[in-house]
Amino acid sequence: MGPAAMSRSNHSGRRLHPWSIRIMHWTNAVAMLVMITSGWGIYNDDVIIRGFSFPSAVRLGDWAAWSLNWHFAGMWLLAINGLAYLIYGVITGRLRERMLPIRVSEIIHTVRDTLHLKIAHEDLTVYNAVQKLLYIVVILAGIAQVITGIAIWKPIQFSGLVSLMGGFQAARILHFAGMAVIVGFLAVHVLLALLVPKTLWAMLTGGPRVGPSGHGEPVL
Amino acid sequence: MTIKSPFRPKNVPDPAILDDHRPLIRSLERRGLIRAPLSLGALAMLTGCDVERPKAVEAALLAISRMNDSVQALLFDPNNLAPTYPASMVLKPPKFNAYYDVMDLKPVDGTTWRLELAGLIADKRPLTLADIEALPQQTEIIKHFCVEGWDYIGQWSGVPLRTFLEHVGADLRAKYVAFKTYDDYPSSIDMATALHPQTLLATKYADETLADPFGYPMRLRMSTKLGYKNPKWITAIEVTNAYPGGFWEEKGFPWFGGI
Repeated sequence: MGPAAMSRSNHSGRRLHPWSIRIMHWTNAVAMLVMITSGWGIYNDDVIIRGFSFPSAVRLGDWAAWSLNWHFAGMWLLAINGLAYLIYGVITGRLRERMLPIRVSEIIHTVRDTLHLKIAHEDLTVYNAVQKLLYIVVILAGIAQVITGIAIWKPIQFSGLVSLMGGFQAARILHFAGMAVIVGFLAVHVLLALLVPKTLWAMLTGGPRVGPSGHGEPVL
Repeated sequence: MTIKSPFRPKNVPDPAILDDHRPLIRSLERRGLIRAPLSLGALAMLTGCDVERPKAVEAALLAISRMNDSVQALLFDPNNLAPTYPASMVLKPPKFNAYYDVMDLKPVDGTTWRLELAGLIADKRPLTLADIEALPQQTEIIKHFCVEGWDYIGQWSGVPLRTFLEHVGADLRAKYVAFKTYDDYPSSIDMATALHPQTLLATKYADETLADPFGYPMRLRMSTKLGYKNPKWITAIEVTNAYPGGFWEEKGFPWFGGI
């Protein structure tokens, strides 16, 4: 058996979402919810948008100290799980396989189709251009949140990072904006998962088997 | 340097206003619980468990917070100086912030005030304000970061805590420096931060004697910790190896509070 056949047999029969991806996805879901809702509790102590605060029903932590403690506990889960996901995605080539290539013309095409209510989601194993773009944006937003979060947590130890962001208050606004991007993504992501339930099912059970390219061609 | 958000007016109301009234808000909330005996809050009080924050969750969060204290100590660079600013950027007067209203402030009489010393210190004779002002003085124009999120630039002068600890013969290998204050706001810091070059026992603000609301006659001012870690109206300093805790720390805020 040659090396080509060996790698093929290693790949054959794998699922769209291997167990490691599923664990990391749901760990991230929990971590993100903890970070977002506890962050809202911290925000309320010194609001960025005057007159706007988050109601207690959606906040984690009964007052700021406990929201902070949740945030500083959740950050480990988010950062370690996120780092594991990125390392896994780079080493296995999954990130490249799922997200690339991404072309502007395809994005325009998909947006036009969606506006005409043509939501083609027959093949779960291939992401359309808008999906790819959204996943790339949310991954970058997650990384940005860690960096702006470190700047806010340690503005003296990392004072260079803070001045790069235009000061401490600017870093706070960036951290808040990053949250808004992620919450916006979540709204679309959860809505679409509920509209096309087999995608939700695939993230629980692994989904269809995929071929060597990671997409839905026949297994050799 | 701050970037103005278009959502934010140029002159924001002092966030301390909310702080000042927090004890009142809390007491009103408590009265509400008594008035509505069947409320979830009253039920929780009867069963002795906190619905919002179960004891097991609280214990786990505190354990992680203590672990984070060690991570914070590792991230703390004793030689890293905080940025300093020109005198033109100093806020006058500074912001008042305490766990009570400024009207409830009890001013300290500087003439009878003595600083008590305790613990691992060779010379424990109480010191007068004149004794402390006779020590080498230093001025820092640094930013104050509140845990809530706001900040301002202040100019503080006084004896560096390191110089003071050396002067009274403190054991600099001890773990903690603890403070007692006139307003019952115990606090404590790690020795590494106590010895940081920008950690001062401040007696002046913007070249003037510290005013009553800001800690007269003497307060702690550190460039490397959050605002709540800086006790005002200090009456006693203790050097110790036993974890001393602090006012907000007992209520849940992280002990290290480094920035």
